[in-house]
Amino acid sequence: MSEKKMVSLTIDGKPVSVPEGTLVIEAARALGIKIPHYCYHRGLGNPGNCRICACEFEGAPKPIQMSCRTIAAEGMKVRTSSPNARRYQASSLEFHLENHPLDCPVCDQSGECKLQDYYMQYGLYGSEVREDKLHKGKRIPIGPHVMLDQERCILCTRCTRFTDNVTKTHELGIFGRGHQERVELAPGRSLDNAYSGNVVDICPVGALTDRDFRFRVRVWYLDETESICPGCARGCSIDVHTNTKRPWHNEGRRVARLKPRENPEVNGFWICDEGRYGYKNLDERRLGRVMRLKPRPEDLSWSSALDEVARGIKEASAAKGTEGLVVVASGMLSNEDWSSFKELFVKTLKIGRFLFGPEPDQIGAEDDFLRRKEKVPNLRGGLDLGFGKEIKSLSWDDLAKSIESGKTWGLYVVERDPAKVWGSERAKALLDKLDFMAFQSPFKGEAGEWARYRLPATAYVEEEGHFTNFEGKVQKYGKALEPLGSARPDWQIFDDLRARFLSEEGSSGRREKAGALA
Amino acid sequence: MAMTVREVSRPARSFMEQIFLWEVCVGLMVTFRHFFVNLARHALRALGLKVEPGAVTIQYPEDPAVLGKRARTRHRLLKRADGSPRCTSCLLCETICPAKCIHITPEESPDPRIEKRAKTFDIDIGLCIFCGYCVEACPVDAIHMDANKVELSSYTREDMIWTMPELMDDVPKLPRALRPAPGIGPTVPFVSGSH
Ligand code: SF4
Ligand code: SF4
Ligand code: FES
Repeated sequence: MSEKKMVSLTIDGKPVSVPEGTLVIEAARALGIKIPHYCYHRGLGNPGNCRICACEFEGAPKPIQMSCRTIAAEGMKVRTSSPNARRYQASSLEFHLENHPLDCPVCDQSGECKLQDYYMQYGLYGSEVREDKLHKGKRIPIGPHVMLDQERCILCTRCTRFTDNVTKTHELGIFGRGHQERVELAPGRSLDNAYSGNVVDICPVGALTDRDFRFRVRVWYLDETESICPGCARGCSIDVHTNTKRPWHNEGRRVARLKPRENPEVNGFWICDEGRYGYKNLDERRLGRVMRLKPRPEDLSWSSALDEVARGIKEASAAKGTEGLVVVASGMLSNEDWSSFKELFVKTLKIGRFLFGPEPDQIGAEDDFLRRKEKVPNLRGGLDLGFGKEIKSLSWDDLAKSIESGKTWGLYVVERDPAKVWGSERAKALLDKLDFMAFQSPFKGEAGEWARYRLPATAYVEEEGHFTNFEGKVQKYGKALEPLGSARPDWQIFDDLRARFLSEEGSSGRREKAGALA
Repeated sequence: MAMTVREVSRPARSFMEQIFLWEVCVGLMVTFRHFFVNLARHALRALGLKVEPGAVTIQYPEDPAVLGKRARTRHRLLKRADGSPRCTSCLLCETICPAKCIHITPEESPDPRIEKRAKTFDIDIGLCIFCGYCVEACPVDAIHMDANKVELSSYTREDMIWTMPELMDDVPKLPRALRPAPGIGPTVPFVSGSH
């Protein structure tokens, strides 16, 4: 790789050297100097139409230049907040606000709006504009996920560039001229591509807002946790926004929304809509109680439940052999879970029959941008531990046959719902034949009703861990929420169970291990 | 941190203090001074002289409480000319409220000129500290603290919660047990914030 030539310049009196070809606004970012900007976005280019990133370039024939359009050159002297630059920035803002409705109190963007932020920092406070404001369309649903407010738009063209250059679907355009310019859908179109939610994130103002998040929670009530999207094998970086301080909002749901987190190595700036809106189940149909369901439903404590599960497996294995036990796992497990899983079932119990492939209920749409067809985040983590290499996966048909023939007497299901694959009736008929079934999952799932033991596990937002994406990149996700009910992380359940087979004391707590599986 | 000891001097009681009788007389003197001064003021004003007015005892609660002009009393939600609530459901009062006693649920408004409106607006008067911040925060002047009601007690905590129709004085505030029909009252269970 050839070394790029470096150029040195001074920004606000601070020297910096950057590779040739860097924009001044990026050079300033390297120094930690934030220059206001709307139209410039690192993932979308720099049309230079919003005119707010103006800086003063000493010695230039026309000293006020747009820092997002100017390439850093040797010896350049830039002042980002000289009186002249400030005046230019303030007047640009005045133009942007000329027809802006200023309905911040009822705008969902309020609190994370660049127009608000920059106005507080650079605003003119007292406009010279005396004309009446122009009215345009308000609250226009332009797609299943996005709401458009043309009055709030500052015509930065970020959204149209997104649909033109990133998704290449061209749904949005700027129509009209002069003051009548407005963002609109192309005739007959609807903003319904698989990545449409991203326009909400890039719109610097409240012109494009999320219909799903509309009026749910004010953004300043939310907490953010860095996480990884569990929607598919890509493992996009996301931020989980949770609302726990004011539980009466958001219809009682704790997760309010997911937002993409910048990660140049995986997802750039974007996530797909499937992932973005895939959080809803996190507070629905959750398991919270440890239960024995057969013969009569009864609540158990964790220790007695695990004792019973261990005893059940031991006795049946002694009578009928371990080959009769099949363990169904899923790519929802974290690396930590996979490693405890392997310790328990492969190393300790010496079980040989597993089912973990992503078929067929976990396969979905795929494209050449972000979405992968395996709709679970961490099959790769299992693969790295041998699940899929030396340890082969059964197919659901094999499993059904072996249950029918009586070869399989027990099933341990982890984060998977056989009813989704087999259909309710067939699943019930098959599962009723079993002598033993444990169902360990964050979610209820139909098949959970026919299990003997039902063990509540944590959802990915309730426990930190690591996912390995399909390219083998190990990524950490954080703990955003407390577990619901008495749910426990999968790795802990496996470890505690394993202790019962080794007749050691209980789990030694979290072992620092699997995060670094790579 | 190390604990520090501070000596506090306690002067010994004098003889006069110990017998208390003198202090009782001092107290009585204050009472009688007020009595005679007020008596004189009322008498002189009755004769038409312009002296300071004498103090008047109000027979509260038989007579209504007298409130200062700018007293902060129970909240009132104001209405637009067409009778709909002015509140735009921006949640600024809910945000600023230090007691976290305002709970609002927004909803879409059928009026195309209005972005959103409040579906429910509950104030737990039992938690309110009457600071008036909500009034200051409101950008559309929809909430006032001038209902001039200070008798706000109730037998249950639930009945301390005032709902939107009650705050607009559309329906009388009745204890839950006496309320005419379901539908009035908080639709979302009132959960205290994390305090
Ligand atoms: S809608 Fe938002 S992103 Fe699109 S041009 Fe207007 S301000 Fe820019
Ligand atoms: S007066 Fe103060 S404590 Fe009471 S509702 Fe308003 S902001 Fe909250
Ligand atoms: S950010 Fe430079 S002109 Fe818009």
